Amino acid sequence: MEKKIDLTLKVWRQRDRKAKGQFETYNVKGISTDSSFLEMLDVLNEQLINEGKEPVVFDHDCREGICGMCSLYINGHPHGPDSAITTCQLHMRKFNNGDTITIEPWRSAGFPVIRDLMVDRTAYDQIIAAGGYTSVNVGGAQDANALLIPKTDADEAMDAASCIGCGACVAACKNGSAMLFVSAKVSQLALLPQGRVEAARRARAMVAKMDELGFGNCTNTGACAAECPKSVSLSNIARLNREFIKAKLQD
Amino acid sequence: MSKLESKIPAGPLAEKWTNYKATQKLVNPANKRRLDIIVVGTGLAGGAAAATLGELGFNVINFCIQDSPRRAHSIAAQGGINAAKNYQNDGDSVYRLFYDTIKGGDYRAREANVYRLAEVSNNIIDQCVAQGVPFAREYGGLLDNRSFGGAQVSRTFYAKGQTGQQLLLGAYSSLMRQVNKGKVDLRTRYEMLDVVIVDGRARGVIMRNLVTGGIERFSAHAVVIATGGYGNVFFLSTNAMASNGSAAVQCYRKGAYFANPAYAQIHPTCIPVHGEFQSKLTLMSESLRNDGRIWVPKKKEDAEAIRAGKLKPTEIKEEDRDYYLERRYPAFGNLVPRDVASRAAKERCDAGYGVGTGLAVYLDFSDAIKRLGRDAVEARYGNLFQMYEKIVDDNPYETPMMIYPASHYTMGGIWVDYELQTTIPGLFAIGEANFSDHGANRLGASALMQGLADGYFVLPYTIQNYLSDQIQVPRFSTDLPEFAEAEKAVKARIDRLMAIKGKQSVDSLHKKLGRIMSDYVGMGRNKAGLEKALVEIDKIKKEFYSDLRIPGEAYGLNVELEKALRLEDFIEIGKLMAIDALHREESCGGHFREEHQTEEGEAKRNDEEFMYVGCWEYKGEDQKPELHKEELNYEFIKVQQRNYKQ
Repeated sequence: MEKKIDLTLKVWRQRDRKAKGQFETYNVKGISTDSSFLEMLDVLNEQLINEGKEPVVFDHDCREGICGMCSLYINGHPHGPDSAITTCQLHMRKFNNGDTITIEPWRSAGFPVIRDLMVDRTAYDQIIAAGGYTSVNVGGAQDANALLIPKTDADEAMDAASCIGCGACVAACKNGSAMLFVSAKVSQLALLPQGRVEAARRARAMVAKMDELGFGNCTNTGACAAECPKSVSLSNIARLNREFIKAKLQD
Repeated sequence: MSKLESKIPAGPLAEKWTNYKATQKLVNPANKRRLDIIVVGTGLAGGAAAATLGELGFNVINFCIQDSPRRAHSIAAQGGINAAKNYQNDGDSVYRLFYDTIKGGDYRAREANVYRLAEVSNNIIDQCVAQGVPFAREYGGLLDNRSFGGAQVSRTFYAKGQTGQQLLLGAYSSLMRQVNKGKVDLRTRYEMLDVVIVDGRARGVIMRNLVTGGIERFSAHAVVIATGGYGNVFFLSTNAMASNGSAAVQCYRKGAYFANPAYAQIHPTCIPVHGEFQSKLTLMSESLRNDGRIWVPKKKEDAEAIRAGKLKPTEIKEEDRDYYLERRYPAFGNLVPRDVASRAAKERCDAGYGVGTGLAVYLDFSDAIKRLGRDAVEARYGNLFQMYEKIVDDNPYETPMMIYPASHYTMGGIWVDYELQTTIPGLFAIGEANFSDHGANRLGASALMQGLADGYFVLPYTIQNYLSDQIQVPRFSTDLPEFAEAEKAVKARIDRLMAIKGKQSVDSLHKKLGRIMSDYVGMGRNKAGLEKALVEIDKIKKEFYSDLRIPGEAYGLNVELEKALRLEDFIEIGKLMAIDALHREESCGGHFREEHQTEEGEAKRNDEEFMYVGCWEYKGEDQKPELHKEELNYEFIKVQQRNYKQ
């Protein structure tokens, strides 16, 4: 049942990439437990605007857990305390009246802050640009059913492909590693015959780009998979390592 | 009326596209390198177009409002994409997909465009599989299909409940490949604020850099608008928060005709509104209607008891349930098209049989779970059930889902000819941003099809027919007076809004607009209501210009300013929708005028007077736009009353 709760928010405010940020404390009252976390921030922003202050800047778009735009490090967890969901699907019924909630941006060398809680994740696009595709132009494809793909492979590829590119894995990782993200794309395409053709080149190029952009190394702590809103499996990292070693052996 | 030349190629329907391609003008590879194309938007249409134009060798500048092209709202499409493959051997064909789409659109779409769409639908599936899109498969390794509304065959390809995501990621991957090759110059976190016309042709855009707040000029030989629909005019909709109609309005203000603005789709299966701070509505895929049955209590007292919390839906006996879609439309049952299903839900709730807050009906899976087992249902819809449970805190395996219609898609948009060119030469519109293929109502799983058809297979051809005589035209300088003027006007517009310094936030004004749009320009419309809407929208416009408050700076990162600029355009669109709805004295598809219905409450078209595309020409601020008509001639299909009963 719906309840109304009052909260204290400690929100990270930072003017731009170079500015020194700090926490600001705000109080919000009468938040419906049926509303989402971002709707709670909407209430805070409406309050700030009415007080003549600048609202808190945060990324969000689809608000149904699929675009990967929302982020937020809430009480020490990427996408907050609930499991297998994004911040936009986190609902206030997960909090209690009187709680203090700490809200920070993703913190990682790979994702510099733009303002407040908004960070720059274009590094992910650069990694995909390095090789996260099959090199086929429009027009030359054969009939879709000419290629038989075992259902189990297609399903496994789909699970890997469900990554939304939000960056929670990097934010969760003590090394700031992007291995789960990279491995999800490498796995999806390595599992399918269409992607096998370039599997070695892809693994090499994407890992090299990841290293170049300043993401850390993987030490198998598993924090990334535990915090992933789409439950992308750690076994993808094992597959990436296998593909990478195979590629190196080919060199 | 020369401007509304639809340029439909001659010849039999099935040969038009082939003939067009055989006789159109092309641009040779060396000359492609000398031509620049701006594509605004990176969804299925924009992303696919930018990637394909890059592959062909053009220089593309591609703008994206989000931080990455992978986030465009196409990503949220759940259920699937249609194609006429007939892999299920159930009698499907290009003609049948074409026919279903025309009929689904209530005979208000252009025949030739729709046939082409059905024709290229098969290429889309081939292309996506080649990209590595992990479509669902059967144990034998072949592709699986499901059914969607308005069809009697299974022609919908899907990737779990995330088909839009997988198709978009396919287009995004192709796009990033071209970025890597240097053929596409990708600019993220940019929003279009004007289109620049030089000597009557679209030659560039004025963009706002959303990070720095800077106003920047870009020039090209042609401009492609792929910015989606304007469903957020209702404030609450299934669209993403940043989805907006501004680029379309800018084209409209510069002379492009706006077609059929009143045709908006209200999707029947969304999670109902919970409270006043709600920011958006979440769709539950139409695919759920494959196995879910929609019902309300047969007795009013049961409905009242449920609303008061005294009865649970599971306590209502089978004979006391009214499966109203199965009752009214035996041939299509729960799989009637969206407009029909939405109106039927509203009718039951208006009559007092609604559950929940009174504005909800049940979508029940208990029969499917009995028939197939819980595991099979979970395999099909698991992620949707999980999403529902996270939002509503109810378990749909045990108790029926509650759903209600919500604004979802806009069939109306910028008018384009067969080549997807607007009334401004050199300005093209693709995907949801144009009006072309869905008539007055879009069928499920057809938006993805149209976006990708336009982006991969249609525009990359037709734009060459335009560019073929532009090969001698040198690259444009953005120092031309036309660019300076456009930039000056954009800055004046921003300064005007920043100077208001009133008391109301953008969202609070947007909510007011949304309420009026839902009440008077929503699922049911009538003359008095629409006239009232026009008066009320003008009042909101006045409030907007006198009492709006935007904190922060004009030329820095400023989210409130972004929203204010979009709302200013939504007010224009809202008016245009009401004007169009008022003029169209008939009911068709998503446009339901209460004065025009059959005795059974079905939409009643008036083909004698309204078998045309209503195209509106901008005549200046606060001036009534001028109506132009593109007559629709059905040469190949027999126009009938839409019937989903038998």
